[in-house]
Amino acid sequence: MVQGEQQDKVIGIIDYGMGNLRSVYNAFRSLDANVEIITIPEQFNSVTHIVLPGVGSFAKAMENLEERNLIEPIISFVKSGKPMLGICLGMQLLATRGFEPYEKSGLGLIEGNVIKMNFDGVRIPHVGWNALELITDHLLFQGIRKHVDFYFVHSYFFDVKNEQDILAYSEYGSRFPSVVYKDNVTGMQFHPEKSQKHGLRILNNFVSS
Amino acid sequence: MLTKRIIACLDVKNSRTVKGVNFESLKDMGDPVEQALFYSQAKADELVFLDISATNERRKTLSTLVNSIAKAINIPFTVGGGISSVDDVRTLLESGADKISVNTAAVNNPKLISELAKEFGSQCIVVAIDAKRDEGEWFVYLNGGQIPTKLKVKDWLKQAEKLGAGEILLTSIDTDGTRNGFAIELTHMASTLLNIPVIASGGAGTFDHFKDVFKSGKADAALAAGIFHERTVDIPQLKNYLKEQSINVRL
Repeated sequence: MVQGEQQDKVIGIIDYGMGNLRSVYNAFRSLDANVEIITIPEQFNSVTHIVLPGVGSFAKAMENLEERNLIEPIISFVKSGKPMLGICLGMQLLATRGFEPYEKSGLGLIEGNVIKMNFDGVRIPHVGWNALELITDHLLFQGIRKHVDFYFVHSYFFDVKNEQDILAYSEYGSRFPSVVYKDNVTGMQFHPEKSQKHGLRILNNFVSS
Repeated sequence: MLTKRIIACLDVKNSRTVKGVNFESLKDMGDPVEQALFYSQAKADELVFLDISATNERRKTLSTLVNSIAKAINIPFTVGGGISSVDDVRTLLESGADKISVNTAAVNNPKLISELAKEFGSQCIVVAIDAKRDEGEWFVYLNGGQIPTKLKVKDWLKQAEKLGAGEILLTSIDTDGTRNGFAIELTHMASTLLNIPVIASGGAGTFDHFKDVFKSGKADAALAAGIFHERTVDIPQLKNYLKEQSINVRL
């Protein structure tokens, strides 16, 4: 599906011991994208895009990134203007700080805190297919019509400080930010790699970006 | 708005999909990877893959099969059967499973739930419970419904939630495979008792059974196997029907 000039793109998926890497890898491979699994800082030089996936707890994820010396390379990569995508926990790690299960600083790429979803009348975790309310057009959502559902599974959400960093909201007991963005960084709370053709479309748009 | 989920279940034994009635007399129902692909295309919202031979024969779920399924589909799937340690779960998640389900091992060692939740997060820990009614009270059964316990389902539900279960997969042995409808009362009890999502399982036969388990049982998701495998119920048609009944589903 990825055409001609995109063959020079290399998608680096960051492996820091936090889950669903395989699914993200499979999804990009199904788009015929070049994919590299990043485990050491040196590899950031050989990729054009990075993806931070992950499931699990915020604090453990940051500790794993620290132990593997991956924080500084992520920040430098983003500063260089190249595209980064955070998925689920990887989206939450973009925040200033998280509280799962205890307070811990995040990557600080998008201002805000990651806090427990204490919304009335709904079950936690938020599991299943839910819709997005897209605030504005964005390259990553090109070709995706409204009222499409994506797969979510999470108990914490990104309480974004500045409204201009929010690309989409979703509704579950309350309206919460489900896609965040700032310049070349985008984060999505749902799993595009598990959301069938619309999810793959987003990943394909990311490869093209 | 969050949609109600329709989940197709693949009971797998020796790498083939099987299906029984009241957990017995198993029939061969085909190749799990082909079926996974079929259900993914038919817009099932999730798949559950239970290696039913695993507990009995004390062997680990085949991660190679999980790997093949993960490559074939891009909808979430849960894997269960014989899982009893953090290492078991890590292997399955690394093979491509999104969630895992624990059953017998969690009853024998409830701490397992909290260990798994701590290591991988509650959102990927499903506690599966096989329930059977005796004189008005629902009890937990182990080893694929073969071993009765004195543990009441209502007590185990609360304990599992407290220990960090992210979801409950609740199967009624009494209705499983009968196609006479889900155990509505059991499902309703669990949904009312808990603040985590409840997946109802056992007894689906018609569109109305799904409507009932969502509306009266308050289930968050409904799981079926045989009626989907035999194409008795078509998932897109079922979803259209539920939508007409004002139940929010993903079309």
